[in-house]
Amino acid sequence: MLDQTRSPLPPLPGVGFKPQHYLDLLDDSAPVAWLEIHAENYMGAGGRPIAMLRHLAERFPISVHGVGLSIGGDGPLDPAHLARLRALCDWLHPASFSEHLAWSTHESAFFNDLLPLPYTAATLTRVSNHIDQVQEVLGRPMLLENPSSYLAFKESEMAETEFLAEVSRRTGCGLLLDVNNVFVSAVNLGLDPRAYVEAFPLEKVGEIHLGGHDEDADDAGRPLLIDSHGRQVADPVWSLLDHVLARSGPRPLLIEWDTDVPDWPVLAAEASRAASALERIPA
Amino acid sequence: MSSGASPVAQATFREALLRPDAAVPEGLGDGHGGPAGRRFAVYRNNVAVGLTDAVLEGFPTLRALLGEEALRAIAAPFLRAHPPSSPLMFRYGAALPAFLDDFAPLAHLEYLPDVARLDLALRAAYHAADATPLDPARLSELPPEALAGARLTLAPALRLLRSPWPLYQIWQLAHHDGPPPQARAEDLLIARPAFDPQVYLLPPGGAVFLQALARGAPTAEAADAASAETPAPDLPAILGLLLQGGALTDMELPR
Repeated sequence: MLDQTRSPLPPLPGVGFKPQHYLDLLDDSAPVAWLEIHAENYMGAGGRPIAMLRHLAERFPISVHGVGLSIGGDGPLDPAHLARLRALCDWLHPASFSEHLAWSTHESAFFNDLLPLPYTAATLTRVSNHIDQVQEVLGRPMLLENPSSYLAFKESEMAETEFLAEVSRRTGCGLLLDVNNVFVSAVNLGLDPRAYVEAFPLEKVGEIHLGGHDEDADDAGRPLLIDSHGRQVADPVWSLLDHVLARSGPRPLLIEWDTDVPDWPVLAAEASRAASALERIPA
Repeated sequence: MSSGASPVAQATFREALLRPDAAVPEGLGDGHGGPAGRRFAVYRNNVAVGLTDAVLEGFPTLRALLGEEALRAIAAPFLRAHPPSSPLMFRYGAALPAFLDDFAPLAHLEYLPDVARLDLALRAAYHAADATPLDPARLSELPPEALAGARLTLAPALRLLRSPWPLYQIWQLAHHDGPPPQARAEDLLIARPAFDPQVYLLPPGGAVFLQALARGAPTAEAADAASAETPAPDLPAILGLLLQGGALTDMELPR
């Protein structure tokens, strides 16, 4: 069971691939052992993006991370988009495929953002059915990522950890634990991030995400953290990662940096910090 | 958590997302017992920023001509009227030329829709399928009568733009500086010799010649079509541009 849901990515640092780092990666990728791409950026027919990816895939295990499938959407999954994901996985043979517990499309309008879901029995059924469909089309298990939350649905009937554990139990999918998202959501909604980790089914975690967040405030002056992926991972998130790894053991660790993308050495330094976190896991 | 609280349909969420003045749905809270308030604005802002950035990145010639602030002012109403219809963001903005046709504040810049079409064509060429260009020697070795009957295959990255405006000069001015454009119609060839799409100014008759090739006409018939539009089209120059741009991939000779 465990081996089926855990991804074959190595339990080492990886980074989200940005084209401006292409030559740096070919020159000296240390300490990065694998790369993640956003699926939707590689769905053109050809040209430089596909050529770069083809070349990188000869050197690195690749994780395909979808940002546009709208798994939590209240309508059916887009069959054309599923077919594009299948085509990408068919030629790339990625080590892993993951998507988000979120929705982004409504009646064919795509909002290019990960929008939140209420944790109800109806959502659970819908999300599980969609994941069954994805895994059937792709012919492989996927990983589902926990969201970053800025608000809560009053209609929710269960905790997010309970919801994700049940989706995984019903569909056999693995989970992608975004530790920054855990911290962001916990601060925003007044929850205990360590309690969240302790309630999370860590045995299902095939990959961990780390990214930077921005700090803002809500109407009442309470901290409101924004999952911006535009800076270094915050210190309390690294501490929370230690708490996770001490319980889960080594896992593939991804640094996400999507806006204000820095030069390679800055990103490589974040990956080195991830390598140190893996090295200090208590035996 | 309280069951029985007012559910928030995604249609309701969507409505509030795109209209900054709309009320935040009541079923959303701040997690501390209060209403969601400006927390909802995080999603509004993410959507607006994400789609605006896609317009800024996707239309570099418009941005160079108008400046970032002016393009943001176009993007704001555009993204509400035309959110993406696909998660492939590199395709976003196909509706922008038609939107600019009716965009009153910039109605005096009548060439802007064609500039948007040029940016879309460059993006489409960038992501088009790869194809090995035709070896120029295969064309130059042909006896004239064989060339006349040959059917040339166009590369998947090739795009043709016919503008009543001096679109090539406008493009030059936007990206490379240049003299003020002289008023005239211009036909542009967009082609991709390697990975970077190039913009070429087609000589008179070139566009009609290309349209005929695209229909599958042999070169002699395409040349006749060009001659019908313009006296003495410079066919060697047109073929030279096509070869230079890697815009021809194959040829089929008459049997």
